[in-house]
Amino acid sequence: MIKRANRWFDDRLGASRFVRTALNKVFPDHWSFMLGEVALYSFVVLLLTGVYLSFFFEPSLKEVVYDGSYRPLAGVEMSQAYESTLRLSFEVRAGMVMRQMHHWAALVFLAAIVVHVGRVFFTGAFRRPRELNWIVGCSLLVLSMANGFAGYSLPDDQLSGTGLRIAYSIALSIPVGGTWVAYLLFGGEFPAESIISRLFVIHVLLLPAAILALLGAHMAILWRQKHTQFKGPGKTEDNVVGSRLWPSYALKSTGFFFLVAAVLALLGGLAQINPIWLYGPFRAADVSAASQPDWYVGWLDGALRVFPAWEIRAFGRTVPSVFFPGVLLPTVSFGLLFGWPFIEARRTKENDREYHLLDRPRERPVRTGIGAGVISFYVLLFFAAGSDVLATVFDVSVTSLLVAFRVLLLALPPVVTYVTYRLCREADALPDEEVAPPVVVRTASGGYVTADDHDHPDPTGPAGPPG
Amino acid sequence: MTETSRTERRTERAIAVALVISAVSALGLAAVYAAGGHVQWEGLLLGVSLASLGWALAAWGKHLLPAGPFVQERHPLDEVEDPGTVSRLVDGPPAAPVGSPDGELDTEGLDVVARRSFLVKLLVAASGALGVAALFPIRSLGPDPGRSLFRTSWRAGSRLVTEEGRAVRAGDLEVGSVLTVFPEGHIGEADAQTLLIRATEDDLRTRPGREGWAPRGHVAYSKVCTHAGCPVGLYQVATRELLCPCHQSLFDVIDGARPVFGPATRSLPQLALEIDGEGFLVARGDYDEAIGPGFWERP
Repeated sequence: MIKRANRWFDDRLGASRFVRTALNKVFPDHWSFMLGEVALYSFVVLLLTGVYLSFFFEPSLKEVVYDGSYRPLAGVEMSQAYESTLRLSFEVRAGMVMRQMHHWAALVFLAAIVVHVGRVFFTGAFRRPRELNWIVGCSLLVLSMANGFAGYSLPDDQLSGTGLRIAYSIALSIPVGGTWVAYLLFGGEFPAESIISRLFVIHVLLLPAAILALLGAHMAILWRQKHTQFKGPGKTEDNVVGSRLWPSYALKSTGFFFLVAAVLALLGGLAQINPIWLYGPFRAADVSAASQPDWYVGWLDGALRVFPAWEIRAFGRTVPSVFFPGVLLPTVSFGLLFGWPFIEARRTKENDREYHLLDRPRERPVRTGIGAGVISFYVLLFFAAGSDVLATVFDVSVTSLLVAFRVLLLALPPVVTYVTYRLCREADALPDEEVAPPVVVRTASGGYVTADDHDHPDPTGPAGPPG
Repeated sequence: MTETSRTERRTERAIAVALVISAVSALGLAAVYAAGGHVQWEGLLLGVSLASLGWALAAWGKHLLPAGPFVQERHPLDEVEDPGTVSRLVDGPPAAPVGSPDGELDTEGLDVVARRSFLVKLLVAASGALGVAALFPIRSLGPDPGRSLFRTSWRAGSRLVTEEGRAVRAGDLEVGSVLTVFPEGHIGEADAQTLLIRATEDDLRTRPGREGWAPRGHVAYSKVCTHAGCPVGLYQVATRELLCPCHQSLFDVIDGARPVFGPATRSLPQLALEIDGEGFLVARGDYDEAIGPGFWERP
């Protein structure tokens, strides 16, 4: 049966030779190569759950009076966007689990991408010929962050509305054309009528389409260039050692997809996320303390909190203070991220040939040190976004926390970089071969000797037969 | 029995159990949904079903299939790679190029998996159960049709009002003219739209059981075409026929809106009218049959 079906398709497509080679392709096995798969599979879950949600969500700011089953909000005026999110959460069967899975999948998606970028960075997998795929991957990171933000802004609740208000102010702060950018994006002065319906199109059509296209490119380039591999016996710059795509790798990878989806289903069913009914519908004049964004936007919010109150006047114009943390910082951050393969290659001259064998992080003290320092900078910014919560928890004033964060942001990254650099140097100086552990043998008399001096007479007791 | 085959048997058994757990959880998920839904149970059962299916596949791929390691040569990226080069076992002989001369197709990979036919059957069952459970949430997309296709908003005593909300009195309409009306309070409702036509009483051929439905020559028919549901919008005064502009069905107003031309097979349903104490035209009740195009449950 299978053979006949094969023959039928091959007579029409003539693809069996190609497919056979493709199925034979070798993928190296290492746990860290599954991080990208986590991202990919979370994206699949995002698409599936997102389609379901889109059947019920109403992207409109038209005001309605709530009369649904969540009694605490009975009679409250709210937008259709907020009302339909409540309805799909409480009244649509399986709606809540889908919505929570969607949100969790977004958080895991971004986390997997970030860790995947870290893996590629610290192992030097971005070196020639993979600079191009590094750029595609970084673009995926940016688009995914943007889409995550667009997505959680859609329900028009108090928290996400506050986030949009800040995003609008950041857009305003762009030099020269900022007001135009903000007005064109929102369709007028905040909160403009069109923002939710526009974000909807951006969230369900434009950005997913771009992400899908880039994902395709990312995988195609990976396929063409073949995967990198760690050094090891039999592994060279000229081969790939691992599992075949079919059947072993395919089964393992499909199984892994279901495992990722399982974790997201468990989270979606058992762990509450973004309970917008507790935040209430968005009112431009309301705001609450502890307004934190989703985790991947945290570093930007933290930067807005800790940046000094500098507002520059130049040429009779204002450079708004938000510009520095809100526009300049992300531009520089992503500029350096995108450009890293070229920056590094300029210094190391490692663009003379193709590099398919991965570095161990400790073999590259400078790169690893810089990476660790940069990570500490963004982790600090992330925690700075929770300064009000931290102040409450640790019973310290927000002002002293702010000062502490400013000092740490300047002082900690260099320290982390230096310490990491030293640790790498020391670790790399250790011998690479595995040292066989000493074998301890108990003698008949009850004494202990290592196997090395096992043949020699037992110094602690009468000689006996070797135990 | 050798040690390897014993461990293999154990793995096979564990995979079989996992697949059964997956199928049972998936069916449980469907049952929870059918019983009204419950977010924690849905998440838990979906998670367990996916996790055991995922574990089974991963374990199968890891323990029951040729593990290799395999090796494949890299080629300079600016060279065209021979599509026939395949990977080989590390320490194994060089692989034969793809596509043997006699054109026999290679299904080795499939055979390796298909050999465990019991597990394959369980896998089909488990993924089938999960697929069925995944179809259940489609039910959330709309309400139960129930009897709603057999009902409109017309009730006994509903006044006939125009699109502008004006109630129609007997005699407002001249003989030969036509008016679109709705039940009072339900202006614009798609299934309640009705055509009120004034004919002369002598002309109308009243069907048995419809005596007195057209007081003083006021006859009312559903405006929804019985063919494909378009509004029957055109009244040809000379022939006293209603024309549906979508597919050119013609209905004879005098003869109970019987279809006389075109694809429509059924007459337009007639709304029973009477004149109330104040001289307004009112309905005697809802239509006595489902209006509009055909559907499976129509008797």
